Amino acid sequence: MHQDTLKPALEIRGLCKSFDRPAVEGLDLYVRPGEFYMLLGPNGAGKTTTLRMVSGLLRPDDGSISVFGVDALADPVAAKQIIGWVSDEPMIYDKLTPSEYLEFVAGLWNVERGVAERRARDLIGWLGLEKVAHARCEPFSRGMRQKVALAGALVHEPKLIILDEPLTGLDAGSARLVKTVLTERVRAGATVIMTTHILEIAERMADRIGVISGGRLIAEGTLQELRERVGTGDSCLEEMFLTIVEQDAAAA
Amino acid sequence: MSQAGTLTWFAQHETRLAWRDAFAMMTGGRADRGRKVAIGILAFQLFIHAVAYFAIGGMATLALENDLPTLIAVTVGVVLAGSAVLSQAMESVTRTFYSRSDLDLILSSPAQAHSLFAVRIGAIAVSVGAMSLLLIGPFINVLAWLGGVRWLGAYGVILAVALTATALAIVLTVGLFKLIGPKRTRLVAQIAAAVIGGLFAVGLQMAALFSTGTMSRLAFLHSDQVLAHAPGVDSALWWPARAALGDVQALILVVIVSLAGFVLATVLFAPRFANFAVAASGVSHGGTRLHGAGRAFRVETASAALRRKERLLILRDPWLISQSLMQLLYLLPPAALLWNNYAVSGGAAVIVVPVLVMASGQLAGALAWLTISGEDAPDLVLTAPVAPSRLLRAKVEAVMDCIAVVFCPFVIALAFISPGAALVAACAIAASAASASAIQLWFRSQAKRSQLRRRHSSSRIATLAEALSSITWAAAGAIAAAGSWLAVFVVLIAIGIVAGVRYFSPARAQG
Repeated sequence: MHQDTLKPALEIRGLCKSFDRPAVEGLDLYVRPGEFYMLLGPNGAGKTTTLRMVSGLLRPDDGSISVFGVDALADPVAAKQIIGWVSDEPMIYDKLTPSEYLEFVAGLWNVERGVAERRARDLIGWLGLEKVAHARCEPFSRGMRQKVALAGALVHEPKLIILDEPLTGLDAGSARLVKTVLTERVRAGATVIMTTHILEIAERMADRIGVISGGRLIAEGTLQELRERVGTGDSCLEEMFLTIVEQDAAAA
Repeated sequence: MSQAGTLTWFAQHETRLAWRDAFAMMTGGRADRGRKVAIGILAFQLFIHAVAYFAIGGMATLALENDLPTLIAVTVGVVLAGSAVLSQAMESVTRTFYSRSDLDLILSSPAQAHSLFAVRIGAIAVSVGAMSLLLIGPFINVLAWLGGVRWLGAYGVILAVALTATALAIVLTVGLFKLIGPKRTRLVAQIAAAVIGGLFAVGLQMAALFSTGTMSRLAFLHSDQVLAHAPGVDSALWWPARAALGDVQALILVVIVSLAGFVLATVLFAPRFANFAVAASGVSHGGTRLHGAGRAFRVETASAALRRKERLLILRDPWLISQSLMQLLYLLPPAALLWNNYAVSGGAAVIVVPVLVMASGQLAGALAWLTISGEDAPDLVLTAPVAPSRLLRAKVEAVMDCIAVVFCPFVIALAFISPGAALVAACAIAASAASASAIQLWFRSQAKRSQLRRRHSSSRIATLAEALSSITWAAAGAIAAAGSWLAVFVVLIAIGIVAGVRYFSPARAQG
């Protein structure tokens, strides 16, 4: 455990990925253990592509990814064991119940039965899914689906939780619940990397913020560090973000 | 341009959408394939015409009398085609009730929704009629070319069958809706559609089997029992058969009656469709039924968890079950044949084995598509700490488990008649199912489970290969069951087909 705290939660070096055009270009990123890291950027900046490569959903063209010292490209299975992934589009099974879904996910991550049962019960309770725990997910609202997907991502207690726009389309109550669960996880020692377009959330929750544009990291630091860098006094994150992106676009 | 919200305006709107949908389905979404698709359709039609020429060309010049055996045989043919058309129409009507797509937009607008539903009912009749024309038209053309224009009357019968089947489908589905409510109607209608499609054909086959002891339907239809119980030649029951045989008066009557039935059903029910659609949209799908409440939390290995998940998803998919039921329904005649021949003869195996093998290949192909391509949570599965090869193996194992459950009873029954044939059947079923699964694996592309109906349009090579491999394994099984060593050559051909498919598959190209 002590060893893990010395290793970066995520270390990305020279990451590249092209589709029709370059999506990520020589990205370097360093996320500390136990940190709530927000990755911001305009649409098409390469945020999702980066996170999908970290999660093993995309193969990079070049570069390296290390998760708590595990080379995610050389040993993806070991890296996946300690990662939890939640996308903006909750992907669950309509014909399974939340309880069955968690059983399935616990099986995939090889979680011991007793442990999985306790965690599943806790997660179902925290996320307010008790009443529907044994009902099929088919009629669930988007918010409920996202909660089930989040429970699935947390049932193996990942050390690194990656969330791509997890709050999209959620009502205020569900969004608050998700934020609370994530904050609790960080307090418990997990590392969270999250993308969002809701900058107020980034402002309130993030330990550090990374701004990505054109597939490169163009700014990084705490809120205060970013303020100092931009030189906008005590302006809000939205203003700083827009200034950083505009400055980068002008420099390019 | 018609006035907005009118019947013709909705008809134009629906025609445009239907054309674009059909074009996209045929071309796989690539507009530049239009010419190739047109050539393909033309080639297919020429092929069917050639098949028709060799199959029934000789019949064209026969001086068919309107006697009872002929009328019975033709009527049964019409009803056989009609049951398939009715099945298709029922499924389309059910979809009209339950699919949302643009219904929310239209129902929330001030437009008269009954015009839209009248157009959609018409579209169902056109689509089921067109499908019949595509398949039966070439046979009518050949008969008309060789035997005279009187055969063209069969086109009128196709029109009448499409109209009648659509009207019946509406009445049946609306009846179900009223009787058992919107929640259960979806499942029951889907299963009923599947069963109706095959029930008459299978029932006829079984009747033939038990009355004459053979699989010949014609022998049964011309048997003394049937002739004795059939109405006289002047009965209105034979009008469709007379119409198909070129009786103009009967043709006019049949078309008028079917058209009247169709118009009546449309006028009566189209205005109520909006209410049905609204009721259907309020249905909670499975939300009230609890599964596994109170039982212990179950965690298995990754492979076992995947297999269990696939089993649950298959078992909880009513549409898939109805489709599988359809395949199982066609297994009833060989099952009956087994029963009939029990302890009497091993000859039945030659008929039974290929049917079982064919069915296993088709079922395995559909299940493999669902488990491999139709994964609803691909991100979840891909981010799991499990090697991709293990994931795929578990999914294929889930398919093979289902195949084993479905076909084991048949193989065991066969073993009582002929242990050797049972062994051959077991091997060929496994090979056919494994080949179909492998083809789906090599041609996998991410899709939604609900697109199962359109899986054939995503890769035509995979579809053809799957059918070809099933047919070849079925032939190998039949020849082996007959005790001929020639089966070895057919097995080699089947292996060659699968290997060839592998060579051309995208999976191999990607390494």
